[in-house]
Amino acid sequence: MRQVFSILVNNHAGVLSHVSGLFARRGYNIESIAAGPTENPEATRIVIVAFGEEETLEQIAHQLRKLYDVLEVEQLQYNRSVTRELVLATVSADADKRTEVLQIANAFGANIVNITDNTVTLEASGNDHKTRILIKALERYGISNMARTGMIALPFDEMTDEWEPLA
Amino acid sequence: MTAKSSTPTNLRSKTLSGAEIIYRCLGLEGVEFIFGHPGAVLLTLLDLFLERSKIKHVLTRHEQCAAHMAEGYARASGGVGVCLTTSGPGATNLITGITDAYMDSIPIVCLTGQVSTSVVGNDAFQEADIVGMTRTVTKHNYLIKNMADLAPSIREAFHIARTGRPGPVLIDLPKDILLGEAPFQVPEGEVDIRGYKPRTKGHPRQIKRVAEAIKEAKKPVLYVGGGVIHADASKEVEKLATAADIPVTWTLLGAGAFPSENKLSLGMLGMHGTAYANMAVDECDLLIAVGARFDDRVTGKVSEFATKAKIIHIDIDPTAIGKNLPVEIPVVGDAKQVLREINKLVKRQKRTLWHKRVDRFKEDFPLTFEAAEGGPIKPQEAILTLSEEAGGDAIFTTEVGQHQMWAAQYLQVSFPRHFISSGGLGTMGFGFPAAIGASLARPDKLVIDIAGDGSFQMVLQEMATTVQYGIPVKVFILNNYGLGMVRQWQDLFMDRRFSEVGLEVGPDYVQLAAAYGAKGLHIEDRCDLRPAIQEMIKTPGPFILDVKVDPDELVFPMVPAGGANRDMILNDPRKKKPKGRLSALPDN
Repeated sequence: MRQVFSILVNNHAGVLSHVSGLFARRGYNIESIAAGPTENPEATRIVIVAFGEEETLEQIAHQLRKLYDVLEVEQLQYNRSVTRELVLATVSADADKRTEVLQIANAFGANIVNITDNTVTLEASGNDHKTRILIKALERYGISNMARTGMIALPFDEMTDEWEPLA
Repeated sequence: MTAKSSTPTNLRSKTLSGAEIIYRCLGLEGVEFIFGHPGAVLLTLLDLFLERSKIKHVLTRHEQCAAHMAEGYARASGGVGVCLTTSGPGATNLITGITDAYMDSIPIVCLTGQVSTSVVGNDAFQEADIVGMTRTVTKHNYLIKNMADLAPSIREAFHIARTGRPGPVLIDLPKDILLGEAPFQVPEGEVDIRGYKPRTKGHPRQIKRVAEAIKEAKKPVLYVGGGVIHADASKEVEKLATAADIPVTWTLLGAGAFPSENKLSLGMLGMHGTAYANMAVDECDLLIAVGARFDDRVTGKVSEFATKAKIIHIDIDPTAIGKNLPVEIPVVGDAKQVLREINKLVKRQKRTLWHKRVDRFKEDFPLTFEAAEGGPIKPQEAILTLSEEAGGDAIFTTEVGQHQMWAAQYLQVSFPRHFISSGGLGTMGFGFPAAIGASLARPDKLVIDIAGDGSFQMVLQEMATTVQYGIPVKVFILNNYGLGMVRQWQDLFMDRRFSEVGLEVGPDYVQLAAAYGAKGLHIEDRCDLRPAIQEMIKTPGPFILDVKVDPDELVFPMVPAGGANRDMILNDPRKKKPKGRLSALPDN
């Protein structure tokens, strides 16, 4: 199964390698890893997407919690969290194909960041589904270079029963 | 003494050197001994040991042994063991000991010197990234980069090492930190670490479920491990076993957690456990694991382990629960606290039928060996005789191999912290330095290292340490002139092709002892066994007793690697009329 871990850690040297090392030791590839500062300057949030057997991923979550520098571990569920990824891609687009590529970019709300004689570089963000479809659509024209941030995610806060929309 | 001359109150902070801060912090943690080996970056810290006596530095002959001595000290005393080595090779030589402590959950704090912070990462002379190297074998580790972090980190390190599931913590100390100065104030209050809050109290609902399961069970077995000893929960185990009338088996690290002479005891289980322990576990309907982790040497083939049983697992480490096999009733908490709560709910019970069944296992499949009149000394009888002569009060350590398994099978161990062995990592050369640490922790006790000739040869340089400090450790070598356990596997599974296991060339241990200024004795005849052991025990100071034993003796019972426990080999298949396998016993 595929799982998204949201891990809040102390902003100390070596923490990222310790956390990713736990996955490596079990022989699991990390599909993506993204780390960045949070509202608290002493804490960093690492979001890891990994494939593995459910039991092993559960075990890894337990082991992550044991690490001194790990403050919180959440296993995020898709329907209860927001996930985003930023993709930069350079696509082959000769003059005769350029309009098509720009149309696709437009349909996905991607920004164009550079255009040359025969390429278009675009920037797109979205959830897992959107980025996957976009990349698939662009692959037909040939992607010559791509960089992805990996997924970042946050759980939705639960809405209380008392909540009422503002009038 | 320093306490009189400086820092009269806690209220005023005073500027001290890094080395001085370290010394004071260790004093505050109650450290008595530091096992170490010097190096250039440690000069200012080492200097403090010259004139002060609160903490004694024990100069080892190899850093690996410093870590094992710290472990031995911790295992025998229940406190935290401390070792100190220099940067680079001094630090890397600790790694085996640190890993051993990690695998067996032993609280030690390792202090390593490091090159100055300005050159860390530059491949400076005697630099090693010890924090990076030990990241996966420590509970936590620190590289101190700011003076202000020094005292708090030492305090945290001891807290982390001794609380929760205990384990090793390493603090890497750059030279400029040792030389630098910072204000120092005796810390007050509890250590509070946001991401580290071990749960010690079991969940009341789970505890209730445990009590109900015990009440309903017809054939329960208690399976206790090292966690019972770490939590000082032996009395609680005995109370539960007695009240609910439950037979008790233990892991290698659990030896001593329950008195082996108690009629409820089944001995050790697993690969070289007693047949009756493995049979009882195979047949039980409730297995209560306390502070044990279902290691592969215990379970054999996991899918065939305790298949009829509901499993209760009490452990302080949530990651240990459900790791190797599914558990019906998990209880996260400190073994002592949890068992106390369970004991409040458990009513007295008698299980006559179950004990009748277990007694039959014991009668039909006892531990056996054959010693012939005029034949070679059998290692098993050597251990039995040693156990009788040493009495129940001695502390035994072991190395790793055949002798270790025979010790686990045949020694009578009545008290916790009296059997000290390397379990998880299986580190040859552990027992002798561990015995030195244990002897310093418990100077009132007779401390005996049960050794093989292979293991002892890995660490015999520490004879110098025993003589220098007058540490009266007895080394009891079961000498089969070879690496017996590997030889045993070659005997059974490699068609008796004995490759690279012969140690025909070894030292004369009597002369070796003499060379270091200690006493020694060599025996080969069975009739000399008891008098020689008596002489070893009554001779003051360190002693080596070299017992030449039958090199062809194998450890049985034995579960072949990957096999199910019920298919254990009971008797030597090389001899006639093997008694068959466990599965041959009919169900009742």
